[in-house]
Order: sequence, then structure tokens, then C-alpha cells
Amino acid sequence: MMWWIRLKALIIKELLAILRDPRGRLILVGPPILQLLVFSYAATLEVKNVDIVLLNQDSGAWSQELVNRIAGAPTFRSIERVGSSEALRARIDAQQAIAAVHIGPTFSRDIAAGRAADLQIILDGRRSNAAQIVAGYLNQIVNQLSADISAGRRGAGQTVIVVPRNWFNPNLIFQWFMVPNLVAAIALLIGLVVTALSIARERELGTFDQLMVSPLRTHEILIGKVIPPMIIGTFHMTIYILAAVFVFGVPLRGSLLMLYGSSIFYLLSVVGVGLFISALSMTQQQAILGAFLFMVPAMLLSGFATPIENMPDWLQPITYASPLRYFLVIVRGVFLKDLPLDEAVNNTLPLALIAFLTLAAAAWLFRRRME
Amino acid sequence: MSTEALVGTKETAPPTGRARRFTALVRKESLQVIRDPSSILIAFVLPLILLVIFGYGVSLDATRTRIGLVIENATPIAQDLAASFQASRYFEVATGRDRREFEEGLILGRVRGIVVIPTNFTDVGAAGSSPQIQVIVDGSDPNTANFVQNYAQGVVGTWMAQRAAEIAMRPPPISVEQRFWFNPELASRNFLVPGSIAIVMTLVGTLLTSLVVAREWERGTMEAMMATPVTATELLAGKILPYFILGLASMSLCVLIAVFIFGVPFRGSVLALYALSASFLMPALGQGLLISAATKNQFLASQLALLSAFLPAFLLSGFLFEINSMPWIIRIVTTIVPARYLIPSLQSVFVAGDIWPMFLRSIAVMLTIGVVLFILAARSTRKRIG
Amino acid sequence: MGEEFVRLSDVTKRFGSAAPALDAVSGSIKGGEITGLVGPDGAGKTTLIRLMTGLMLPDTGRIEVLGFDTRKDAASIQAAIGYMPQRFGLYEDLSVQENLDLYADLRGLPLAERPEVFDELLTFTDLKRFTGRLAGKLSGGMKQKLGLACALLKKPRLLLLDEPGVGVDPISRRDLWAMVENLTKEGIGVLWSTAYLDEAEACHRVLLLNEGKLLFTGTPSELTSRVDGRVFRLGGIEGRRRPILTKVLGEAGVVDGVIQGEAIRLVLDAPEPQGWKAKDIAGKGAVINPTAPRFEDAFVDMLGGGPGGQSKLADAAVPRDRTEGGAVIEAHGLTKRFGDFTAASDITFSIPRGQIFGLLGPNGAGKSTTFKMLCGLLKPTEGEGRVAGFDLRRDTAEARNRLGYMAQKFSLYGDLNVAQNLAFFAGVYGLSGAGKRERIALMTEIFDFRSILGMSAKDLPLGLKQRLALACAVLHEPEALFLDEPTSGVDPITRREFWTHINGLVEKGVTVLVTTHFMDEAEYCDRISLIYRGRSIALGSPDELKASVASPENPDPTMEDAFIELVRNSDLAEAA
Repeated sequence: MMWWIRLKALIIKELLAILRDPRGRLILVGPPILQLLVFSYAATLEVKNVDIVLLNQDSGAWSQELVNRIAGAPTFRSIERVGSSEALRARIDAQQAIAAVHIGPTFSRDIAAGRAADLQIILDGRRSNAAQIVAGYLNQIVNQLSADISAGRRGAGQTVIVVPRNWFNPNLIFQWFMVPNLVAAIALLIGLVVTALSIARERELGTFDQLMVSPLRTHEILIGKVIPPMIIGTFHMTIYILAAVFVFGVPLRGSLLMLYGSSIFYLLSVVGVGLFISALSMTQQQAILGAFLFMVPAMLLSGFATPIENMPDWLQPITYASPLRYFLVIVRGVFLKDLPLDEAVNNTLPLALIAFLTLAAAAWLFRRRME
Repeated sequence: MSTEALVGTKETAPPTGRARRFTALVRKESLQVIRDPSSILIAFVLPLILLVIFGYGVSLDATRTRIGLVIENATPIAQDLAASFQASRYFEVATGRDRREFEEGLILGRVRGIVVIPTNFTDVGAAGSSPQIQVIVDGSDPNTANFVQNYAQGVVGTWMAQRAAEIAMRPPPISVEQRFWFNPELASRNFLVPGSIAIVMTLVGTLLTSLVVAREWERGTMEAMMATPVTATELLAGKILPYFILGLASMSLCVLIAVFIFGVPFRGSVLALYALSASFLMPALGQGLLISAATKNQFLASQLALLSAFLPAFLLSGFLFEINSMPWIIRIVTTIVPARYLIPSLQSVFVAGDIWPMFLRSIAVMLTIGVVLFILAARSTRKRIG
Repeated sequence: MGEEFVRLSDVTKRFGSAAPALDAVSGSIKGGEITGLVGPDGAGKTTLIRLMTGLMLPDTGRIEVLGFDTRKDAASIQAAIGYMPQRFGLYEDLSVQENLDLYADLRGLPLAERPEVFDELLTFTDLKRFTGRLAGKLSGGMKQKLGLACALLKKPRLLLLDEPGVGVDPISRRDLWAMVENLTKEGIGVLWSTAYLDEAEACHRVLLLNEGKLLFTGTPSELTSRVDGRVFRLGGIEGRRRPILTKVLGEAGVVDGVIQGEAIRLVLDAPEPQGWKAKDIAGKGAVINPTAPRFEDAFVDMLGGGPGGQSKLADAAVPRDRTEGGAVIEAHGLTKRFGDFTAASDITFSIPRGQIFGLLGPNGAGKSTTFKMLCGLLKPTEGEGRVAGFDLRRDTAEARNRLGYMAQKFSLYGDLNVAQNLAFFAGVYGLSGAGKRERIALMTEIFDFRSILGMSAKDLPLGLKQRLALACAVLHEPEALFLDEPTSGVDPITRREFWTHINGLVEKGVTVLVTTHFMDEAEYCDRISLIYRGRSIALGSPDELKASVASPENPDPTMEDAFIELVRNSDLAEAA
């Protein structure tokens, strides 16, 4: 029982050290809330409120029909009419519009005459991602018009109807995707910084020797450093889960027990990385920068914002090192898909492995540093 | 008064003294940068990592989205449509006979969508009910889901228009000529790399600067410095110049790598590149100085720098996410994010060329934000303790 | 008599709503002499110096420095003074020469004069060999010297030094003092703030601050004269000195008392003991003789006397059988090498139960290394250290439970409050339940923590921090105490209180290993090992060490004399 008394004292101390300082509390509360808001509303790859430029040199009915259909689409916010291709170019150059539609003078006449009518769509390739989506929208409208014209010629209005079915998220609400992602990301952000600083700060303040001469054993110190960030990480995850369900209305279809069960291993792996960085750094500055250096690639290569399958083959193996990668699958799955247990286990095992490796490395470094 | 006598040693002609103090501060700061591995890490290693990730890793082009294609009844017309899907450059198609073959894959994220051409998918030209196809997507990732829906629509639309034209024995009534200016190959690298250069300069200008100034307060060197004839302006200027140069050096390295290793085109002028970067470093450095003067503590400075500089440069600058798609309140916030002005201009310098009206406007806004931040920083760095 | 360089008129400065840090201070500092600024911790010394530099402004009152008002003309003042803050702002990642160049440029030293000035200062500070070394790699004493050199680059009219002697060994302190004294001959005014009263005694004039108030201005001898005829040396003591000190401090009319080798130094409130006899207290052979007063005697007298001789801490401690077993702390041939540098070489000693053993030595001599090897923080390259029969590197928690540790710089958890710190250390040492509550309650009472239990440890004044550190170190009733420069920077009153507790505990059978820079603290030790260049160059009782350097010129050397002489002899032996 002696070890438990010592360990308890250490855990309480770690929590107090973080929570008693008002600035520390602020750092634990302020940024996560801001991140929740900004990420869930701003970090969207949707394309809305699009401004386009129209150069219409045709006065016929078909061009008018096309313009009306474009104006009627919800994606487009404004259509600015310009009189010359120079003006069109200037708008695109200055990024006042992402796309331009150029209707030639013979557009309606050509259609009426049964000739192929030319239509030019110009897109700003600098923003290739958004431009492609806009191109998709415009093409759909044009294709529809084109099919309608062909159909009209034959006198029968018949088209293929594409029936969209959005599983798991029928209205494709972006927050349903982002908020569960953030449940995973916040634990990484907070867990990593808190752990990375924990040993470095004691080194800098000189309290580390005090710990080392106390009866605490090395593994007890390590456990004492691991548990508080896990408690804090679990706390943040819980807050985010509650916000997801009650503020953002994200359905929770899977088992919470499974989510929390695998989160233990996720947090262990995050804390393991943090502890490793902490054992490696001599100063707080190094710990901060070290955590940062891990965090950025870990986030970008996790499938958080862009799917891993879009990455080149040689890069994909690197993503296996990011704990976020596995936990994202679990957290998204549990929220929206009722993820089957075996799949959750498949993604938890790598987390357990990362946790084991990083914690072992941290313990080894930690002991070595004491020589 | 004995005043003059008492301070007989006082410098009476300050200009040379000022110049010398300034160069001394700059030299000191530069030596420290060179000797501190963490400055090098932030200025040269992190940029490399970011460039590689953005140059190769993070691709927003959904060029290889895996979908399942279910042909419930292999009629010629169904196979014709299926061939259109298989030919699409956006999809990597696995075909099957039954949607259940792919349902588990959809749950596990192995396929992003299932296109179902049902048994009753009959000739489009035939009279009667409109034929339907189903596109089932994994809505848990709305971005990819939207891609799949849109591209599937696109494939079907194009196929339909071709069919209609074939049946009518005429070419499609409207032929669309689609032109992506500046970036015809649609490489997202071409716009992500210039954007990540802005991130890198934010890190050097704001994060690193705020850390080093906060460190001077923590270590007590600031107090010794202040008790010398150095003025607050000289102190600030002495900090700015080295990190300004470091920021530009880091930017130059990124540009060289981007152009010569990643093959990103560079169509603008070097002058525009440096004018834009230099103007951007003003608000970045001003923000760094302001943060450090306000916190005087490395940990807080780093957190504030990340929150107020790094994240906005990442999220609110149009780098990855379209500003126009954000809620209006966030759109307003983006107007004070300097990176928002730099990134489109930098992208233009790379792929479009010099568009001076746009550049000048960006430069003017960035410098204005910079001046405001500098005034605030100078006010909080008066030569006083406590 | 020099002209007045600084004139303070009714200077008051407050921080927040607390009592003023400086309360209507008036006084002056003259050119051509060293003015000592003395006072206990938190007296307002640093604030006063910062006010003089113009980096801080007084709330009311006026400060004129070299004829300029700090409010209006701070820039002119900063151009003409030299200032060395407590933690001098050397850039640790710049070399010695680069630091000098930087400050030469900042102070506008003409290029033509530089070679000569640098040469002079480097010779003066004996740093010539190290111009290429990074400042961060210098020892504490060398850093202070370099700091002083930087402050002196352009001969200031007025030099403000904020505790330049803290953490600096006696040899370096003497060097520093000699350097500064030389300057005054050129008419420079020097303000030297210090908690070392032997330094204060050597000043031309002193300003004595206490709780923001100026208690005394004048020459040290003027202050010292207030205890003329009231200072005595109690010698010929039979038996152990510590209980006798305790007893004598309890007698009526005893203002202050400290152990000085085999004797006890006393300050009385009258020219002779009233109502008690030396023989009754200290045994038949005891004699009490008047002795020359020192500044410290007068300082303590002025601040209302020492803290008394009774240690509640020691009273509450369970006595340990002093005769039981052999040595509690043992070092056998302890050696530590870092690469090809030998930090400590073949250090051997043993400390029997109930003794205080001191490790003395200049900065960087290896005493901290030795200390760390013994308490298990460093692994010896060769040899072994044992505490209560355990090797701390190998043996378990049980062994570490027997020792208490107090680090050089304050190393409790600043973000935790007093109660939380006590609870943490109690828990870490395995106390729980009623036992834990009792011990914490006891410490709270003994050290009078009740009113500050909720304060963050980092906001406590230095003296209280130090008390808290001691409380945490003895919470679990260790049988051995490791104290690493426990009183560095602490004022004499707090130091006396600290040593009262330590003395009391030692009498109860606790064994103490201490490293220190204070020579008067060395006198508290039963035995001392003088560590120099990684080796123990002398081992013995304070009186033995002093006697070993006695010479016809200096028949009664002080501990500091002994220290300096022994180090010099070692250097000579090395050279030979």
C-alpha cells in the first residue's frame, strides 16, 4: 500500500500543478473551446457562396436559360456580368471570382441550328481544389441543359435520375464529421503538451532532484506522470463528446464503452510520445518545439482533413506511426457507424503497440539521463 | 548645476552611437540564432517537413477514390454506363453484382461510395418511368461524400449527354470547353506549397520571435539591457532585423525546394516574391513582439503564438479551406489574419505571374496590420520593469 | 568626502495593496566610496536599486541620480551608470569576448579605447584565458566577474551592484571586492547590496533597510558601536556546544548567540551577563571574555535580536540513540568522471550519528558532485556512498525514506500552495491518514504556517520558502539530512532560525551533510572537508583547520582565512 500512497500524492500534485495556476487553467480551457468552434465551423472543404463572372455575348434564349439555371443553383452567391474578356481576366486574376462562364455570340443560334454550341468555363487553377468542385457544379448544370435540349428535340423528357443515398449522415452535415474528429485531436493536442512539459519543467525548476531523492521509484514517477495527462485527456474528450451530442446533435450510434475502452490505449500512446519528448528535452522550449514538431505531421498524416488513400504510396506507411490515425477510425465509427467490435480491436492493437514502444523508450531514456 | 560635469562621459552626438548599438544588437541576436539548435529547427527543419507533407502528402485531389460499382443486371446499357465510371479518372472502381458485397467496406471506410445500377435500369431512350441509379456514399466524411456524389453526377451527366446525342445522331448540343487557368494539371501541390511558405514565415516571425524575447525576460538579460543607453526602439529594431532576415532566408529555402524539387512553376518576379514576403513579416514579427512583451513567459508565449498566429494562418487564411464557405462571423475574423492576404498573392506569384493591383492591395493591408501591431508592441515594451 | 551621487527624498513604492516595499526612504550615496545596502530578504533592496536605474518609478518622492531626476531623465542616467542586476544578463550562448563586445557597443565605448579597456578588465577579472568560452559554461564566480566587467566597460560614474556575492565562493568574493574597491579610488560611487554582513562591514557607509524602512545610515563602525562592550566569547566549553548555545540563548539579556568553532559568540543587552554565570551553563572551565564586535552583531541587535535558542521542531523530534551503530553517512573513494574531466576524485569520509559534516569549496570544485553522488542523484564512476548502510543507487524506497533533502535553489512546487506542498511530500514519503495529518499539523504549528497555508509557494518571501523547504525535508523524520547550500541568499536572522532547528535536530541524533559558502556556517559543523579541484584537500574540525593555517602574522585566522590559505597551499603544491 505504501506505493499507492506515494503514487496518489504524485498524481494529486501533478494535477494541482496544472490546475492551480490560473494561466494554466486558461490554457487548458480557452484554446480547446476556440478550437472546437473554429475547426467545426471554419475547417470545411465544402464550397459555398461562390462568386462567378459571366461574359455573355449571346442575346438568345438559350444563353438566358443557362444563366437562369446557374443563378438558381444554391452554390453561387453572385454572378457578375462583364463586357469584355479583359475584364473577365482581371476579375479572375485578382481572385474576385473563382470561375468565369464565357458564352459566345453564336450560342443560341448554334443550338437552334443543331450545331454544337461552344461554351467556355474558365477556372482559377490557383485554388485547384475549390475550382474543381465549382467546375463540377457548372458541368452538371450544363449537362442537364444539354440533355434537356436533346430530349426536347426528340420530344420525350426522360433522363437518368441519380438518387443519392448518404449513409450515416443523410444531410452530409459537416460538423458530424469534424466534431468526432476533434474528440480525437483534442486529446492529442492537450495530452502531448501537458506531458511533454511535465518532466522538462521539473528539470528547469529544480524540483526533479527532489523527486529523485524521495522514495518514489522510477516506474512510480513515470506512472505518476502518465496518469494525470490521461485524466485531463479523458476530461477533454468527455466534454467534446457531450458537445458533439448535445450541441452539435451528432448521433452516437455505437458503444460508448468501446470508445472509452480504446481511448485508454489512445491516450497511453499520446502520453507515451509526450513523455518520450519530455525525457529527451533539457528545457521547456525544447519540449514545446518537440511536441510541435510531432504534432503537426501527426495531424496532417492522420486522415484528419484529407483521406490517407489520397497520399502517395511511399508516404502512407509513415501514417502508421500516428496514433491519431487509428483513433479517428474508432471515434468516427462509434459516433456515426456503430463500428463492429473486431474493427475497433483491429485499430486499438496498433495503439497499444505505440504506447508500449514509446513508454518503454521514455523509461529507458529517463533512466539513462539519471547517470 | 553640476549636471553636465557629472555626466561628462555622456554621448553628445548620438547618431554614431545609435548605429553602433543597433549593429551590436543585431550581431548578438544573429549569433544566438546560429547557436541555438531550436531556432534552426523551426526555421529550416520544420519548413522541410511541412513542404514534404504538403508537397506530397496532403492532397486535396480525390483522384483515387475507391468506390464499389454494383451492376445488378448486366444489360448492354448498364455496362455502357459502368464503362463510363471505370474510365473516370476520379474513381478506382471495384465491380460487383450485389450491394451487400460493399456494404461492410463502406462501414469500414474501405470504399467511399457504392454506385448501384439496378436491375430495372433500362434503356434511357425507352418511354415510361425515368431510370434511376443509386449512389450510396459514406456520409461520415462529408468532404469525400460530396466528391463522390458530384463526380458520380458528372459521370452520369456526361454519359447521358453523349447517349442523347448518339440517339439523336447529333453531337451534344453544348460542348463545354473547360479551362483551368494557371494550373491546368490541377496539382494541389501548386497551391499548397505557396501556402505552406506562409505558414513557415508565421512560425519564424511569430512563434520563434515570441519565444526568444520571452526568454530574455525569463533569464533576466532584458533588465541588464534596459539599464544601458539602449532605447526601446533600438531594442525592438535589433530583434526585428535578424528574424526578418531569418524569415526571408527560410522563405527562400522553401521557394528553392518548391521550384527545383517539387517542380512548382514560378511565373512571377522575384521582386514581387520578396516584396510580399517582406510585407508579411512585418505583422508576423509585430505579433511575436507583442505576445512576448505581454506574457514574458515562454510557455504562455508559445501557446498564444500557436493560437493567435499558427492556427489562423492554417485555418482562416484560405490556405486549405475556402473563406467564402465559412460562416459570416468567421469571415469577418479572417480579415485581420495577415496570411489571408499573403497566400492568394503568393499563389499568384508562383502559378499566375505578377498581378500587381492585387499584390499592392495585399501589401497595403499587411503593412497596415503590421504598423498597428508594432505600435502596440512598442507601447508594451517601454523601458520599465514591473 | 565625495559629492552626493544619489539623493533619495521620501521615496515610497508600493506593489498592489500590500505594505509599501519602500516607505519614505531618504538618503544619499556618495562618490568615491562603497555604500553597502543591507537588510533582510524582502527589505526592498532590489526595488530601491531598480528605482535608481530609472527602470521603475517611485509612487511618491524623488530620486536624483548624478543630478538627473529618474522621472524625467532616465535615459541620461542609464548612459552614465553601470548596473548589475541580481541575475546579471549575460548571454549564456555568447562567449566572454562577445558579451564584452556587445556591452561595449551598447555603452558606446569608442573603438580606439577598446583594446586597452578589454585588456585591463580581463586582467583585472582574470578571465583572459577564457575569452572564447561561452558565458553559460563559466562557473558562478566567473560569471559574476564577467558581469561586473560588462558593467564597468565604460567607466560609469556610479556602479549599482545587486547582491553580487550570492552564490560566489569566498575567493571569488574577495576578488570581486578588491576590483570594486579599486574603482572607488578613481572617484566612482558604488552601491553594493548584500546579505553577507562581512561584506557590509567593509563598506565605507551602509544603508540598512528593513521592511521598506531605512533604519540606519552611516559608517559600519557607527552601527557596530551600538554593541560595543556587549559582545562576548564564551570559551572553554565542556561537552557539546549546541545544547549550551540553546541554554544560553534562553538566559535573560542574551540578544544573540552563534557557534564559532569550539566557542560561542554572544551579544548581551548589558556590558556583562545579568543573573547567570558562564560556569553554571558551560561547565567549570568556561570563561566569558569580551570580544571585538562585528557588524553582524550590531545588525542582529538592531533588528531586535536573534530568534532564540529553542527549536520546537527539535523538541518534537524523537531522540535517536546516538551511540547506536557506526557512521550514518559514508563515502568510500567516491570518484566521478565526465568524459576526461574528473569532477570528484577519491573522496572518502564518514559521518557518525548526530554530527554535522560540511563540504566546503570554491564554485565548481566538485562539492555538489560529491553531494549528489551521496544522495543518489549521480552514479559514481568509482567508489560508493552509503546512507544508514544503504547504497542509494541500488537500494529501495526504504533507504530513501531515511533521508531528507534540501536543494540549493528553492525546489518545491511553486504552483502548489503551502498546504499542498506539505501534503505532497507527506504522501511521497508514505505518510497517510492520521499520521500524515498529525505531522502536517505539527509542521504548521512549528513553522507558523497557519496564515499562509493557502499561498502559492512561489509567492512566499525567501525566508518563508526556506522554512517550507525545511519543513518538507523533515516531515518524515529522516535520520540523515542533506542540505545543499541551504541558506544561500538568506538574511542572518532567518539563517539563525534555520540553524537553531538544525542544531536541535542534531542533538536529537539526526546526521547532517551540508554544503555552504558561508564561513560562519562552516563553524557550526563538527567536521569539514574542503573540496578543491575535485579532491578533498583538508579534513578536520573547524578549529583544526583554522589552527593549521595559523602563522605569526595571523595567529587567530578566521574560517575564511583558513579556506583561502588552504586553497592557495594546494595550488602551490600543484605547481611544485
